[in-house]
Amino acid sequence: MAISIDKQFGVHQHALQLRAERASVLANNIANADTPGYKARDIDFQSMLAARMGAQSDTLAMDKSRSAHMNSLSQPDAINGLKYRTPLHPAIDDNTVDAHLEKTEFVNNSVGYQAAFQFLNGRIKSMLTAIKGQ
Amino acid sequence: MSLLNVFDIAGSGMSAQTVRMNTISSNIANAESVSSNTEETYRARHPVFQAHIGAEQNPPFNFSAALNHASGVRVAGIVESDAPYQLRYEPNHPESNEEGYVAYPNVNVVEEMANMISASRSYQTNVDVMKSAKQMLQQALTLGQ
Repeated sequence: MAISIDKQFGVHQHALQLRAERASVLANNIANADTPGYKARDIDFQSMLAARMGAQSDTLAMDKSRSAHMNSLSQPDAINGLKYRTPLHPAIDDNTVDAHLEKTEFVNNSVGYQAAFQFLNGRIKSMLTAIKGQ
Repeated sequence: MSLLNVFDIAGSGMSAQTVRMNTISSNIANAESVSSNTEETYRARHPVFQAHIGAEQNPPFNFSAALNHASGVRVAGIVESDAPYQLRYEPNHPESNEEGYVAYPNVNVVEEMANMISASRSYQTNVDVMKSAKQMLQQALTLGQ
């Protein structure tokens, strides 16, 4: 019986990695809270996680008959996963960072990180139990 | 390792807010500095913030490249305010001109105080972000223990 470590860790390893990356995006928003013209960005966690898990993404891709063909880049941001936040009340200098929203999302994200960490740790612990047999 | 990236980003925010705080304190300290020559009278100084993102001009094709491009905020430069000097009628002042007016710097102290509060709040937020990132990293080190 082959044991796949990848399967054992499941969604949690991708979730942990993605939470860490999202923390960086949100930190960038907070650092630029006073930058004129800066547009707040974020990632769609669910679709990014689905993409990491190898599921089909819902964006339509053009068919390629040759490997050298370029990808269709109608929405480059949709491909790299970073999206722009819809501003509730944009500032007079075109900055769309809502400091409170970003702070809330950052805390929310770090709680999600802790949750993913706990699940991953549980998986590792159960594997160790299986190895030691006690 | 994107959590280490958070330290750079929050650090750049903190240093930018420190520059802003420096210019504010310079403006407030010089709010009453007059000079015999209006060309040399102090003008209010303000930092210009700029997002440090190369990704805006050249969209990267994957997420991790976009993340590496996004690296916080930088101070593009410091500009002097073009607002007119505050002329006060003080004919007995040694620096007054022929009509008896003294040109005081164009520093609006009320504006500077509001700016100071904004800068210190932004600084605090960046410190909190760094603290959270530190906790997340320390937690990651205990994985499997």
